[in-house]
Amino acid sequence: MTRPAPRTAAKPADGFDYSHRTAPHVTIRGLCKRYTDATIYDHFDFDIPRGKLISVFGPNGCGKSTLINMIAGLVPPDAGEVLFDGRPLSRVKFGYVFQNYREALFPWLPAFDNIAYPLKLMGVSKPQRKARVERLIERLGVKIDLALYPYYLSGGQQQLVSIMRALIVEPEMLFLDEPFSALDYEMTLFMRDQLQRVFIETSTTMVLVSHDLEEAVYLSDYVLLLSRHPARVVEFVSYDAPRPRTDKTLSEPGFIATKAHCLKLFQREVKRA
Amino acid sequence: MMKSRALLPLVGVAILLGIWAIVNGLKLVDPVLLPSPLSTFHTLWQGMIGGKLGADFLKTVARTVSSTAIAAVIAIPLGILLGSSEKVYRSVEFLIDFFRSTPASAMFPLFLVLFGVGDRTKISVAAFGAALVILFNVAYGVMNARKTRLLAAKVMGASRSRVLFDVMLKESLPQTFVGLRNGVSLALVIIVVAEMFIGSTDGLGQRVFEAQQLFDMPGMYAAIFAAGALGYTLNLLFLVIERRFVHWAGR
Repeated sequence: MTRPAPRTAAKPADGFDYSHRTAPHVTIRGLCKRYTDATIYDHFDFDIPRGKLISVFGPNGCGKSTLINMIAGLVPPDAGEVLFDGRPLSRVKFGYVFQNYREALFPWLPAFDNIAYPLKLMGVSKPQRKARVERLIERLGVKIDLALYPYYLSGGQQQLVSIMRALIVEPEMLFLDEPFSALDYEMTLFMRDQLQRVFIETSTTMVLVSHDLEEAVYLSDYVLLLSRHPARVVEFVSYDAPRPRTDKTLSEPGFIATKAHCLKLFQREVKRA
Repeated sequence: MMKSRALLPLVGVAILLGIWAIVNGLKLVDPVLLPSPLSTFHTLWQGMIGGKLGADFLKTVARTVSSTAIAAVIAIPLGILLGSSEKVYRSVEFLIDFFRSTPASAMFPLFLVLFGVGDRTKISVAAFGAALVILFNVAYGVMNARKTRLLAAKVMGASRSRVLFDVMLKESLPQTFVGLRNGVSLALVIIVVAEMFIGSTDGLGQRVFEAQQLFDMPGMYAAIFAAGALGYTLNLLFLVIERRFVHWAGR
């Protein structure tokens, strides 16, 4: 499995110099997963670069979500190993954003307490929790009444709350499983920019599963194109347009060419019986 | 418009009272069997504010509430325990369904042998019936906890006991309240039957039965209405508590 490694490290907005840390963040080796009717992964190897946003894209049922669920420990792999800077998952702080925000948030807690809940699990004191949530709100420029219960918020607001809940522990990685596919188009556009802002602000390594190619290319530094199962890496497509990307980005030649390239590869995969 | 809508439920009541008054006024039914609404409600009022009926009413309330409370204290923790492991629940599901389907009144003789003639028998049969209903609902509430929500807690690093208390328990609350409402209704039914037939000297069941034996028809109807009001109020009470504590139910 060959693919171009990122040559330069991320230059996060916080001013710290991470340029010495060019090693991949996550190494996946020999990952295998079989469901009763199909082999989804057969000795799958891959490296996830540090501080980048990568999108996972591929044909239906190729195991996009299964991949991040195995990395995040939600689905046990049959074989293989996933290491974060050489450490197992149990020693890593990470965040996970579900597609179904309605079922992922806790409706019995106000939005604010939902965001603070992971800190409560970590044993952080109440005043500290409050301070940290308030800091995050300010940093992301969130303008939602977080005293409300989640079911009073719009879909996009609820998903933003789930993203904040994932970010509150200052995770080194963030997994997002089709986070915007349950939202209407207008809200999706807004949420893409919110996510991009979070990414620029935090430089967290992010892995986003998407079924929308435009979204995948627009948001990411790399698009991981997977084949039909058993999944292989078709190509790890780099897209390095500067951030923040805007509506204009969507009509730039670089964007169009990258998207067309991905689409071509995707269609070749879909047709391959 | 809104106001007239709120008054709609009263239409049915007015129709029933109207028909009752007409039937009574035209003497279509023997007035001994069907007294006038006025004399019935007069008896109800007199009985409730100082007569024997009020005391019997309170007695039935006390029995129903204590049997439901005993049932809840036993059934809620047990239901959570059973529901948190589907294997465990499946292994006792048949027993629960069997005894849930057994009319609790069929258990009276057994409980009479166990507890003798008295309050303990009535309360324990009612608690038994209500407990099974509550148990079944709580266990299902726990088992049907949203998988995503459990995963979300797990992914945030919640321990098994944290998942149980912070998520499963909350997730099961709406179904638990369904169980409590059904349980309290069943407990009332069992208590009233027990008061009628197993050597009781007080309670609404005894009042209805005694009034019928003495051919005191206004007294009998009054006691029936008192029992109806009690059942309705208990159900309403649980609904109000539910709205308050399980504000997210159905959202």
